[in-house]
Amino acid sequence: MATVRLSFSPAPAHVRTARLVGVAVARRAGVAEELLDEVRIAIGEACTRAVALHRQYGLANLVQVEMSDGGNYVVRVIDRAPIEAGLGIAVLPPEELANTSLTDEALTVGVGFALLAGLVEDLQVRPVDEGIGTEVRMVWPVAR
Amino acid sequence: MELSLSTRTQGEHTVLEVGGEVDVYTAPRLRERLIELIDAGATQIVVDLGRVDFLDSTGLGVLVGALKRLRAAGGGLSLVCDKEPLLKIFRITALDQVFPLFATVDAATEAGPAA
Repeated sequence: MATVRLSFSPAPAHVRTARLVGVAVARRAGVAEELLDEVRIAIGEACTRAVALHRQYGLANLVQVEMSDGGNYVVRVIDRAPIEAGLGIAVLPPEELANTSLTDEALTVGVGFALLAGLVEDLQVRPVDEGIGTEVRMVWPVAR
Repeated sequence: MELSLSTRTQGEHTVLEVGGEVDVYTAPRLRERLIELIDAGATQIVVDLGRVDFLDSTGLGVLVGALKRLRAAGGGLSLVCDKEPLLKIFRITALDQVFPLFATVDAATEAGPAA
């Protein structure tokens, strides 16, 4: 199993780097070419969410991204925000997203989750095993 | 690729051509440009996403924000997009039901004032 780890300061400028690395590792792992766009968007959304939470809570902690290739391509994006913040955000149904009375921030968060849920078949959002934080775990098949 | 923005007028419409990546880092610049256009009196804005190769939830939030501002002022915003990966994002988020979407700028401007 090959693993690539990336940690970055919670700044929007670094989310693009995480996307680029995530797609490069996915390609190398053998994820089908037609899935790479989805991988790029999903890693971007998970990292954007983590950055937003760290900024909301004034946390300087690094956002962690771990990519591993062991039968499947598994990407874990880990934030260090209080659990209730991370898990309290439900996926909004489409009719809610289309409701233009939502604030821009609420809409962006809802759209982010709709994209994650819509693009990643194997998606888990759960508390981290140790300490405070949430892990967004995404799995894609690899062709061998 | 960085974000690029350029504006032109086509009939009654202000066309904002967007290129590159619209994400959490670059979306604030798109928001600023749209607010500038609206503050300068534009009421019918067509955002051409033809040269966009990445669009995330932050970018979508900015577009919805501009749509709301324009509608509140009696105007409208439509989008030009014919790339399947981007169209898929609009479908997944149900925002294809919120924005008038067109394949070309001409189709968007000929459709008359956006809803």
